[in-house]
Amino acid sequence: MSAVQATRPAALLPPLDPEAVRADFPVLARQVNGKPLCYLDNAASSQRPRAVIDAISGYYENSHANVHRGVHRLSQEATDLFEGARETLRRFINARSTREVIFVRGTTEAINLVAQSYARPRLQPGDEIVISWLEHHANIVPWQMVCEQTGAKLRVIPITRRGEVDFDAFLGLLGERTRLLALAHVSNALGTVVPVDRFIREARRRGIPVLLDGAQAAPHLKVDVQALDCDFYCFSGHKMCGPTGIGVLYGRESLLEAMPPWQGGGDMILAVSFERTVYNALPYKFEAGTPHIAGAIGLAAAVDYLEALGLERIAAAEQSLLEYATQRLLEVPGLEIVGTAPHKAAVASFTVAGVHPHDLGTILDAEGVAIRTGHHCAMPVMDFFGVPATARASFAFYNTRAEIDCLVAALRVAREMLA
Amino acid sequence: MDLKDLYRDVIVDHNRHPRNFRPMPDADRHAEGFNPLCGDRLTLFVKLDGDRISDVSFQGSGCAISVASASLLTESVRGRTVADAERLFASMHELLTRDEAVADPAVLGKLAALSGVREFPARVKCASLCWHTLDAALHREAEPVSTE
Repeated sequence: MSAVQATRPAALLPPLDPEAVRADFPVLARQVNGKPLCYLDNAASSQRPRAVIDAISGYYENSHANVHRGVHRLSQEATDLFEGARETLRRFINARSTREVIFVRGTTEAINLVAQSYARPRLQPGDEIVISWLEHHANIVPWQMVCEQTGAKLRVIPITRRGEVDFDAFLGLLGERTRLLALAHVSNALGTVVPVDRFIREARRRGIPVLLDGAQAAPHLKVDVQALDCDFYCFSGHKMCGPTGIGVLYGRESLLEAMPPWQGGGDMILAVSFERTVYNALPYKFEAGTPHIAGAIGLAAAVDYLEALGLERIAAAEQSLLEYATQRLLEVPGLEIVGTAPHKAAVASFTVAGVHPHDLGTILDAEGVAIRTGHHCAMPVMDFFGVPATARASFAFYNTRAEIDCLVAALRVAREMLA
Repeated sequence: MDLKDLYRDVIVDHNRHPRNFRPMPDADRHAEGFNPLCGDRLTLFVKLDGDRISDVSFQGSGCAISVASASLLTESVRGRTVADAERLFASMHELLTRDEAVADPAVLGKLAALSGVREFPARVKCASLCWHTLDAALHREAEPVSTE
């Protein structure tokens, strides 16, 4: 039976049945190095359910043509599917209008778009952009680039030893010259869920716009951009069971209207002559060129899939896995969990005394266990904790306690071999 | 793919007890190596007597393969001429990257223990970092060496 057939409200549903859910994901049946795959690298990229794979191949097999262009049947079908996907994404994040939902390559492109189109024309030398120490490089480097271009300065909110963004220090950093707050909703390296409501409230009171990097949040938390009251929200398809190369930039319509396009080309124009070009309306103004049509359709299929399972049930299943994993991991001698905020997404970043994370990654792979090792594109976080790298196991709703047992057993093998 | 091929006893021993793991304040040459993928960082120190490497040591942190490889390097090149050390680097490079390369114990000595690394392509850079760093030290390259 497919796990997608659930239609009752989530609160009334029994907990997710991991076996039924796993049957939806073809890759989970494979073996690696002669062992069943334990895929615990979901914060890097999640796997795809059959429903997403079928939506993409079904589109290519039946309806592919370019969008917004032709009067022929296939072009109309492709346009309907693409714009239908935009409406699905609008509903998913509760944006007011599809004019606020811009398809981009992913979170990284979304942040770069805001840095270049929103921030760059406005920033003056001495203006300040505030980010936190927890950020992924994608929410650091685009701001550094725009600071170099404009003479603005980057201010960084410190974190605590538990891996929480320091709220009091944040208040101290806000000032006359603060022009933007760019904050992770959930830390990719540590799993910390940042209580963004408090930060947004303080920033908005002072008239400071807020961008949230939701790459790690969108698959695990209910995102409501109106309730959050943020100005920009960025997320990627591939971390929420959708395709790679597609993501969403949500922007408050009044801000998007005032922003210049950041790439020029087809689709983003109404009329072009060599003297003057009239730009298209939102959201197309920011979607130059033929978009990733199949990606948008696949991402909408992922949203439908996740919503059918129930976002609350998904969150409950992942929290239960995190609790179990935390308890089991701490039984491994010499293991230390890095990032111990009270509210975390299902991410366990850790070190094992005497075994370098990179060796852990290789030894675990031989046991069929896939984890991420390294700096997780968050070198400042590693520097803060004084480690060159960590091992990171990150869980999705299709993972099982048995897989966590495999992880722990493989860690014991690694310790015996090297520590 | 057998882990025992990668983590041979010699490698485990050199990782637990790295040889010549010390700073060298009076070094004639030194260079830094960095592997951004896994965060391995090492500094290699060389003392020269004419064209002969009279002493070599290293410091830093890294995975078992990179620490063991650096430790084995220091034991292997001490006393050799610069030209001889470069020939050894070429042999090591071949051993780590060419599938058909055969470890000749007469040439490589204990370094042959690293022959299992090539079965793990993600780890080749760990083993070769120290050799690139030595090469930079011998050629007085000021920029830190990166495996990327």
